Amino acid sequence: MSQINPATLADARPALDSAVSVRNVSKNYGDVQALKNLSLEFPRGELTSLLGPSGCGKTTLLKIIAGLLPQSAGQIEVDGKTVTGPGPDRAFVFQDFALLPWANVLRNVAFGLELRGVAKSEREAIAEKYIREVGLAGFEKKFPHQLSGGMRQRVGLARALSVDAQVLLLDEPFSAVDEQTRRKFQEDLLALVANEKKTFIFVTHSIEEAVYVSDQIAILLPRPSRVSEIIRPTSFRGKGVDNIRRDPEYLDIVDEIWASLRSYVE
Amino acid sequence: MQNRSLFLKLLSAAIVFGAWEIAGRIPISYAFPTFLESMTALAQMTFDGTIFVAYAETLKPLVLGIAISGIVGVAMGLWIGLSARFEWLFAPIFVVMQAAPLAALIPILVMVYGIGLTSKVFVVCIMAMPVIVLNTAGAVRNTPASIKDMAKSFLASDRDVLTKIIIPAASPIIFSGLRLGVSAGFIGAILSELKITPTGVGDIISYSRSIADYPSMYAAIFSIILLAVVFLNLLELLENTLFEGNNRGYVSD
Repeated sequence: MSQINPATLADARPALDSAVSVRNVSKNYGDVQALKNLSLEFPRGELTSLLGPSGCGKTTLLKIIAGLLPQSAGQIEVDGKTVTGPGPDRAFVFQDFALLPWANVLRNVAFGLELRGVAKSEREAIAEKYIREVGLAGFEKKFPHQLSGGMRQRVGLARALSVDAQVLLLDEPFSAVDEQTRRKFQEDLLALVANEKKTFIFVTHSIEEAVYVSDQIAILLPRPSRVSEIIRPTSFRGKGVDNIRRDPEYLDIVDEIWASLRSYVE
Repeated sequence: MQNRSLFLKLLSAAIVFGAWEIAGRIPISYAFPTFLESMTALAQMTFDGTIFVAYAETLKPLVLGIAISGIVGVAMGLWIGLSARFEWLFAPIFVVMQAAPLAALIPILVMVYGIGLTSKVFVVCIMAMPVIVLNTAGAVRNTPASIKDMAKSFLASDRDVLTKIIIPAASPIIFSGLRLGVSAGFIGAILSELKITPTGVGDIISYSRSIADYPSMYAAIFSIILLAVVFLNLLELLENTLFEGNNRGYVSD
């Protein structure tokens, strides 16, 4: 399959500018080795998916990049700076939305800015802009329990966008929303990657979703977790969102990934 | 909606007082006055000022005890909930305090602190504080991990996590602990007036009973319940002012 580049080929292409570099990272929980000597480059301005069977440590890796978990060994660099904890260069979108149930949409979206000490009028103006951008205009005064699952995740996304971080970390952001909303989200995400010029790191367990939205897919295999291959789809990205799912390359990559993952799924 | 809930409140009051009136008229016991007799006695005590003199006395240990229990209790609860070592050190005290039969402890308290205000404040605190501390600690420990992670990933300091995440997240349970604590504090205040020295409302209750003036006795009991209800409503008002988002309606709405 000529369009699938093995990991060695990706390494041999130093021209790509990396926004995030993961170098020889290991993570142990007691005796259990969750990640072993894992290295991965995340090209700037692109969306990289971390894809693998459950328990392969993809969320662990994402939380280490976010600075929420300490690694046992190795190094993470964001824009050349070593990560020691959460930083203003990264924003996180949570699988369970992680909204404040007692705060309305406006305060939830502005919460990241509130923690950075941005003045109220200024942060609310920024928040309102992103609320409009994710399509929630008119819902500013609603509380999370008054919104659908899909709308809640739009709030989570607007919160992450409003702090204007260079790297967006998305932890299975669409797994808790229904199938139709998810498809709409995936299309919106493609537009977002194209417009925002940010680096996206996207954890998912859905093969189709990963192939649909990614510029680069890193396949992680479990116990202990390591990168087994890196796939860069080449031909269907420019053909429009409606044509991706019937593109022969899209279908081939989906099949290829399933073939390599199936033996790891219990 | 507002009218309907007011109507339901008035209806349930009418049912309870109606049942009281009927039970008093049967009568179910010689020592059980009717609702109207009791209310007449209450009006009498209000007009001749007895009730205000009594409450001036009763409110001292009550308000002092509840204020101490509320402030110290929530602070201790936060600390216990945040620190495993502190929990190991202090949580057993409050568990014992909650389980202890208070009436049996009163003679010891009187022996140490005398029959004055101090002992009565202690009784109120022993009644009110454990449930406040234990509820607060439990609520703090059960703060959802994902919103704590969220705050940290958006660069919250430890103080931000405490004031903007843990306390608001725990506030509904802290306030339900405060409500239980305040109710228990009222019981403690009356108990201390019945068991230590008869003063204030406790004096009206025991004196009226001794001279078989049952309407006055029930009027005093009714007034203390009324005051407790007012107090609990004020507490709810405070919660809704401080934590606006807690008033999220009902699941079925």
